[in-house]
Amino acid sequence: MSDTHSHSVAFVRTETLPQLPPPASEAGVVKWMRENLFSSVPNSILTLVSLYVIYQLVTGAFPWMANGIWNTNSLAECREILDGATGACFSVLTERWNQLLFGFSYPSEFYWRPGLAFLLLFVAAAPVMFFDLPRKLLLFTAVYPFLAYWLVWGGTIYTPLFALLGIVIGYLVYARFVKDSFAMGFFGGVIAAFIAWFIGGYIVGAIAPAEPFLEAVQSRDMGGFMLNMTLGVVCVSLSLPLGIVLALGRQSDMPIIKWICVIFIEFIRGVPLITLLFVANVVLAYFLPPGTTFDLILRVIIMITMFSAAYIAEVIRGGLAALPKGQYEAADSLGLDYAQAMRLIILPQALKISIPGIVNVAVGLFKDTTLVSVISMFDLVGMIRGPILSSTDWNGVYWELFMAASVLFFVVCYGISQYSQWLERRLATDHR
Amino acid sequence: MTSVTDPPQGSFRLSMLINDTRYRSYTFQFIALVLLIGFMAYLGINLVSNLAAQGLNISFGFLGDAAGYDINQTVVEYDSQSSHLRAAVVGIINTLIVAFLACVTATIFGVIAGVLRLSNNWVVRKLMAFYVEIFRNIPVLIWIIIIFSIMTVSMPAPRDFRGEDPSASMLFESFAFTNRGVYSPAPVIDGASGWIVIGVFIASIIGIFAYRRYATKKLYDTGQLLPMLWPSVALFFVPVTLVYFILGRPITLDYPSLQGFNFQGGLHLRGSLIALWFALAIYTGAFIAENVRAGILAISKGQTEAAASLGLRPGRIMNLVILPQALRVIIPPLISQYLNITKNSSLAIAVGYMDVTSTLGGITLNQTGRAIECILLLMLFYLTISLLISAVMNVYNNSVKLRER
Repeated sequence: MSDTHSHSVAFVRTETLPQLPPPASEAGVVKWMRENLFSSVPNSILTLVSLYVIYQLVTGAFPWMANGIWNTNSLAECREILDGATGACFSVLTERWNQLLFGFSYPSEFYWRPGLAFLLLFVAAAPVMFFDLPRKLLLFTAVYPFLAYWLVWGGTIYTPLFALLGIVIGYLVYARFVKDSFAMGFFGGVIAAFIAWFIGGYIVGAIAPAEPFLEAVQSRDMGGFMLNMTLGVVCVSLSLPLGIVLALGRQSDMPIIKWICVIFIEFIRGVPLITLLFVANVVLAYFLPPGTTFDLILRVIIMITMFSAAYIAEVIRGGLAALPKGQYEAADSLGLDYAQAMRLIILPQALKISIPGIVNVAVGLFKDTTLVSVISMFDLVGMIRGPILSSTDWNGVYWELFMAASVLFFVVCYGISQYSQWLERRLATDHR
Repeated sequence: MTSVTDPPQGSFRLSMLINDTRYRSYTFQFIALVLLIGFMAYLGINLVSNLAAQGLNISFGFLGDAAGYDINQTVVEYDSQSSHLRAAVVGIINTLIVAFLACVTATIFGVIAGVLRLSNNWVVRKLMAFYVEIFRNIPVLIWIIIIFSIMTVSMPAPRDFRGEDPSASMLFESFAFTNRGVYSPAPVIDGASGWIVIGVFIASIIGIFAYRRYATKKLYDTGQLLPMLWPSVALFFVPVTLVYFILGRPITLDYPSLQGFNFQGGLHLRGSLIALWFALAIYTGAFIAENVRAGILAISKGQTEAAASLGLRPGRIMNLVILPQALRVIIPPLISQYLNITKNSSLAIAVGYMDVTSTLGGITLNQTGRAIECILLLMLFYLTISLLISAVMNVYNNSVKLRER
């Protein structure tokens, strides 16, 4: 039937037609634009307004950037070359780059030391950040703080060496006693470390060479972006363990410990960082034994660490509270004691939940390190507002300098937040 | 069986203080308390001996002394002969002013940017993402200084407004943007009749809310839908306009005008205030945008679909279903952003805005040398504000808590 039909009727097709392209309005760029940019009248208006804003931004910034001058010695020379045209004077960046990075009194022949410490920071941070790397690299991470201290501040190598030794001794004592009871191991380790440091202090004083391999640099000579990085890295890494302790203390059943932690956290979180920096600057000295002179940087590090520890504690408390009660009960039913339950069951999960929050605190803290310029420390912002803008050569170069500062901070903060998002995806063990 | 679970009777040994979970917590708390008291005592003794060595004491008497410095933005009466306490109060008011302005503006920026980030318009979405990422990742101090530089360096000087062919001109003949700040018209309230107009205005706003409540109740009780929009608009404009003209226009605007070397009259907003206000608003707005976005995303799509299947229109879905639920997620972080604004307003000291940190913690501290007292009072002020805001937040959280099961 069908056979005869197809043979007999001449106007019936025997083969399928080639597919036609979809209508122009339903494919490709046009469809995309219709759906995404001009789907309705208000939407079209929004698109046009946004495009106008972008056009203004680009046409405003592009000539300024493209006409930028990179190789003069003062703003006056820049203006001479530009001769009235729009253009940036980026030569302030090339001329003062070292000052922006290292401050104005860090000895220039030692710039390689903080530079090397900065590069090694990536090596040290890598095994912590990426779990696929060999675990042996963590040994370098453990040594890194002492190495970085020695590189940046210089002086005799025995100081960081004995500091490291004290920690090693403390760990050995802890490992010896922890089998009996965690508390014994912990307190034993802490006491042993302090004894080692105490004795080490005398030994260092006795054997320190007069001419150390790396010449010592006063910490008041530190400045620029290096100071921001130092404060950020040191304070975040110190405040993480302190924050965990505070969070556990706040969740504790022991009322006295709980209330100490609550008052500390709420007090710190209730006041602005600036007031704490004022404390570091002018008040802290009153509370130290008469005659002690304490580095300003050290005082600032103490206060910023306390500040971020309080915030991290609240983040971790959120993580602890988010764990189902069954996890705590499961740990109890396995017969684990408090320390074991926390170390093996609770904290790994709670910290995993808290990672985005902790990263937020870290980014916020890194941005807040610029506040030290208010108590006349010459960090990146302090350098720009102080020595550079008030010099006769560069008086008036606002935008180039602030743009450079913004770019430096943006790169670091955006990088960290991208890493945190990657880590969240990586750690997501639930299936959705 | 009982021999295993029952605690051993009688013999209390000293080692049980650390090994027995019943007593161990007491041991730990005792140790903590002793350490804390010891630490406090150590600090206290150091403080006393340090103060004695320098011949100082702790006293708040200096608050009554004449401050001896001027404050360039005062709402309450203040001159250089006023006391330090009064200077601190002026500072507190200035802090609250800038914090309030920044909170309102940041909410507007944040809500707009947060909603637009979810728009299906690709260009707008990307532009808003750009705004959020740029402003979140650069320190607020840098933003404050940048806007302050714009205000002081890029704006024309007052003398540029002078002459036949001035290089700068006033916006709408009423706003002057100069490097000494922004001059805008100021309302002048003329005696009692002016206040009556304001009273009528407030009363009509209360009336709008009362009417809407009544209409809603009527809708729920009887199903009768009263018009909402037009009565509200009428209530907003009509009574106040009538009273205003009947009483002979008692509220006038005082326009700024160029006299001598500077603008006179009008409302003078200093560059420092504007820098602090807008930097805080734009910076915190980026954070609020993320909160708003997260809040809207937190509402599952099923809610929209359920509302649609009930036959609600898109506008009503947003107002009656999505927003009430999203607000529950948005408001707690929003309030803590307000707290952040208040605390970050202490950065005023970087641009010389006379807030409480600049008066009490800055000039007063430097003049009297009473660092401990000044900083104590300063911390107390911020602590009070934070605790107040936290209390408000707790009340709110309890009132909107989902009551399930």
